[in-house]
Formats: sequence, structure tokens, C-alpha cells
Amino acid sequence: MSALSHTLSDSVVITRRNLIKVKRVPDLIVFATLSPIMFVLLFRYVFGGAIAGLPDGVSYAEFLLPGIFAQTVVFGSTTTGASIAEDLQKGLVDRFRSLPMSRSAVLIGRTVADLGLNAISILVMALTGLVVGWRITSSPLEAAAGFLVLLVFAFAVSWMMALVGLLVRTPEVVNNASFIVIFPLTFVANTFVPLETFPSVLRTFAEWNPVSSVVQAARELFGNQPASAPVPDAWSLQHPALYTLIWAAVILAVFVPLAVRAYLRTATR
Amino acid sequence: MSDAVVVEGLVKKFGDFTALRGVDLTVARGTVLGLLGPNGAGKTTVVRILSTLLRPDGGRAEITGLDVVTQADQVRSVIGLTGQYAAVDEYLTGEENLEMVGRLYRLGKKESRARAGQLLERFDLTDAARRPAKTYSGGMRRRLDIAASLIARPQVLFLDEPTTGLDPRSRLGMWEFIADLVSDGTTILLTTQYLEEADRLADRMVVIDRGSVIARGTADELKAQVGGERLELTVGSVEGLGRAVELLRPLAVDDPQRDEQTRRLTLPVKGGAATLAEALRLLEGSGVELLDVGLRRPDLDDVFLTLTGHSADDADPATEEQAR
Ligand SMILES: Nc1ncnc2c1ncn2[C@@H]1O[C@H](COP(=O)(O)OP(=O)(O)OP(=O)(O)O)[C@@H](O)[C@H]1O
Ligand SMILES: [Mg+2]
Repeated sequence: MSALSHTLSDSVVITRRNLIKVKRVPDLIVFATLSPIMFVLLFRYVFGGAIAGLPDGVSYAEFLLPGIFAQTVVFGSTTTGASIAEDLQKGLVDRFRSLPMSRSAVLIGRTVADLGLNAISILVMALTGLVVGWRITSSPLEAAAGFLVLLVFAFAVSWMMALVGLLVRTPEVVNNASFIVIFPLTFVANTFVPLETFPSVLRTFAEWNPVSSVVQAARELFGNQPASAPVPDAWSLQHPALYTLIWAAVILAVFVPLAVRAYLRTATR
Repeated sequence: MSDAVVVEGLVKKFGDFTALRGVDLTVARGTVLGLLGPNGAGKTTVVRILSTLLRPDGGRAEITGLDVVTQADQVRSVIGLTGQYAAVDEYLTGEENLEMVGRLYRLGKKESRARAGQLLERFDLTDAARRPAKTYSGGMRRRLDIAASLIARPQVLFLDEPTTGLDPRSRLGMWEFIADLVSDGTTILLTTQYLEEADRLADRMVVIDRGSVIARGTADELKAQVGGERLELTVGSVEGLGRAVELLRPLAVDDPQRDEQTRRLTLPVKGGAATLAEALRLLEGSGVELLDVGLRRPDLDDVFLTLTGHSADDADPATEEQAR
């Protein structure tokens, strides 16, 4: 067998192992989906009336859902770091590293399993969204592209978190460390409020923040952005899907090799 | 060459701290080497370098002629590792754990399943095979961990304190199993805190302390370094102790040692059972109340104490702290 098919088959074995955990600990999936549902309901009914500056003809539900999707998948990706730190702590990384298996399979299996989890939580949120008045008004193909952009970006973030997990090595610390980065990234963006409401410095940051472009791309692809909406000033938001994919590619190009290298050098103690 | 493991001048540093200062050792094919040493001596560090988890800072190591640094990938397919702390996936069942490791050794689905079944049986885990390892006791996890390292029938097996945490029955079972592996031709490097275990399993031993080899040889060779047999008596009173020393001094080949706290007397002697009988005769009618008497050959614990100045399970708090 070639190196590539080894990597593939080992990655499948590891992905399966990671998904078995999800099956054995159903609470994991319950809480992974409960919090986005809660978010949808909170924002929709508590803040829904208070958000000003929406383009004409857009309901807050329509505006909100793509933002919640993006925030949830980015947060979902942080579990990658915590899970890897846990494997490291429990000596499983040592076990894997002593086996004649592919060098990247443990990380691929992890990020792919987390991609699966993210896909499940998007599904649950979309269903909740439909209940509270969110609608997809575009073609099925565009809608699929919308989900794809969200998941591709989340997958790239997972690799970033994989490196964090290998360096930080304590699951609790990984969680706290990632919140420090991910809260500002997901809030200083067009996730919950229109960019027009931001003060100017923050606004520039938010315009070029890839989370904004993910959200913008999702809104456009789900047809949640009416034709009357103003054309954004920043290039990033004029071509949100492209800009997001560039970010994802750059993140992967940088973090896949870094994470694999860290994996090969790491040791339990 | 018939050495399955060759280690020369191995050096490992952790920051400013030198954990290994030039360790040399070899393990002949199909034999067991016992690697002994007090806590923090560097045993686990040696095992981790040999199993490709750590890179040495100096020296070299070969497993079946393969270099652990430059040919790490090939090394991994001939070795099995059971680390000091059990590395099993708690969420998988025992069976799933073994099958996963089998697949990653590239055994194929059917072969992995068959081997998993055999090993679960061999390690008394068949009843628990379908339960998540989370529900296993410490000893069961340990056995599962060892089974995992054996799934691909490795040529060279590293066992880092394999029986720590096992009850006496499981420990005996493990010893038998290790003996079987050796008779099938497996080469084993074993670290242990139980000197009885090394005595029983290891063909040769290497004792390290603070990262350097301080002694090596067979169990008998090591014991001979420490000295010959001795007579040990426990008496009923401190006065009795003095009296016994006076009476028995002619039998001693070296200075007797007495401990007033435990009222125990230790005399280096020669002549075996005849000397013991002579001692009893000398004490008869002397009024010394004899609570216990015995003739003892040095065991590995004595070797340990003599060579390292502290016993095997006598943790050094400073190095323990660093190990965190
Ligand atoms: N990753 C590490 N970073 C810093 N120091 C380390 C590291 N790993 C080991 N050490 C130190 O190296 C020394 C040797 O450790 P090692 O684990 O090899 O000892 P050991 O002989 O296996 O001890 P024990 O019997 O307690 O298992 C110890 O002083 C330990 O603190
Ligand atoms: Mg150790």
C-alpha cells in the first residue's frame, strides 16, 4: 500500500474511534446542540426587537441564523484542542506514536470527527431556525454551498486548535485559552449586529475578520440578504465566499504542518 | 549479531537537567533484560527513547539493527510498548481497543479481530470484552494495555513496570505469560520496582541511578557483589542482644550489626545450615530469648540498598517533583 492509502485507512480507524466516543457519551452531542438552540432562542426573542440598522425587508431571524451557525461551528472547533490535550494526558498519544501508523492520521481523524459533530449541530440549528421563522430562499445548490463554506472554515479552525491542544496540553486550559481568541473573533463581526453599528476602528477589524465573511457568505448563499441591502465597502465582504476560502486555505497550509510537527515531538510528560 | 537491542552512550537532557549520562546496554535476542533503578533514575526515559517517543541528545540505539532516530518508522513495526501508565481508550470496549491497535499495526480486519479475541482470553478479559474500558479496574486496564502492545507479535517488547498495580494472582499470571513470550523468541526489556520480579524473569540486569549505569550482570553476579550469606536473629530484650553478640561473635566473618530498636542482630557468616545449627547450640541454655532466627542470602533488595544507598521504592522527593 502507498503512503497515501495508509494515511487514509489509519485516519478512518481514528475517526471511527473518535465517533464511538460520541456514541458512548450522548451528553456530548446533547450539550453541543442545546447551547446553539438556546442561542437561537435567546437572540431571536430577547434581543430580536432591540437590534437596529437591519436592511429593509430582513427579519432578525433571517439575519441571525447564519451568524449563529458561524459562531457555533467556530466554537465547536475548539473541542478539537481539548480532545487532543485529553489524549495526550491519558497517554494515548504515546501509544499512537509508538505504532507504525501514519504520522498525520491521529490529527486527521480528530479534525474529521469534529467536522462531523459540527455538521450535526448545524443540522439541529437549522431545524430550530426553521421553527422560529428562518427560511432558505435560494436554490438548493446555493444552500448546500452555504453549509459547505461554514464547514470548511470550521475544519480549518480545528487544525489551529489541534496545534493549541498539543502545545497547551491541559483540556481545561485549552478551553479557556481558546475563548480569549474566539469570543472577540465571533463578536467583533457581523454575527449578531450589522457592521454599520460598529465604531470605525472596530468596524475595519470586523470587515476583514474572516468570521464576518463566513457569515456574509452564508447569508448570501441562503438568500437571507435582500437585494436592497447596501453593497459593503470592503473587498472581503464583496466576495465573502472567496475571501473565506482563501483564509481556510492559508490556515490549513500553515497549521497542518505545524500541528503534525508538534504531534511528532510531543510527549506525555 | 544476536543482540536485539544495542544502546551506546545514550544521553538525554531535559533543559538543564541531564536525565541520562551515557547509558550502554545490550539485550540478546530472545532474552529478558531487567532495567532497575530508584525513582527518577531514568528507566522510563530509556524506554521512551528506545520506543521512538523521545529523541536522544547523544549516543545511539538500535533495535534489531534499526536506528531509533533515523529508522524510527521501521523500528515501530518491530516493537511493542507498554508504558508506565496504562494507555487505553476509556470510551472504547476492551475488544475495540485491541482491534484498533491491530488495525494501526496494519494487521487487517480479520487478523486484528482474531488476535484481539486470543489476547482477551489470555488476559482473562473475555467477560469484560464488550464493556467500555472506563468500567475496568486498574488491574484490568493494565492487562488490556499489555495485550494491546502484543497484538502484532512484536519481536522486541518494552514493558515499563508491567505489574505495578496488579494483584498477586494477576502478577503470577503475567510472569507466566512473559516467560511464554520469551520461549517463543520475543526479546524483552523490562523495568520494575519489584526486585523479585527481576530476579525471576530477567536473564541479565542493568542497574541505573541518576542516569548512569552503576552495575550490571546476572542476579547471582549482582548478589555476589553485595556479599555472602548472613544470620539474622531477633531476641526478646536489649540485654539478650548484647549477650547474643558475645556468644556468636566466633561465627561471624565480618562485624555484626545490631539494631536495638527491633532487637535484631545480623551476622555475616559462612557455612550455611551447619553454621545455623552451631549458632542455635551456642545460644541454648544461655537465657537469651530467641524470637526468630534465619539464614539469609542477599536478595536484590540488598543489592539495591548497597548499590544506590536507598531502596527501590524509596522515592526521592526532588526528582519526583520534577517528574510532574
Ligand atoms: N519531560 C521531562 N521533562 C523534564 N524532566 C523529565 C522529563 N521526563 C523525565 N524527566 C526527569 O528525568 C529523570 C528520569 O525520569 P524517568 O521517568 O526516566 O525515571 P524512572 O527511572 O522511570 O523513575 P520511576 O521509577 O519513578 O518511574 C527524572 O528526574 C525526571 O524528573
Ligand atoms: Mg518510570
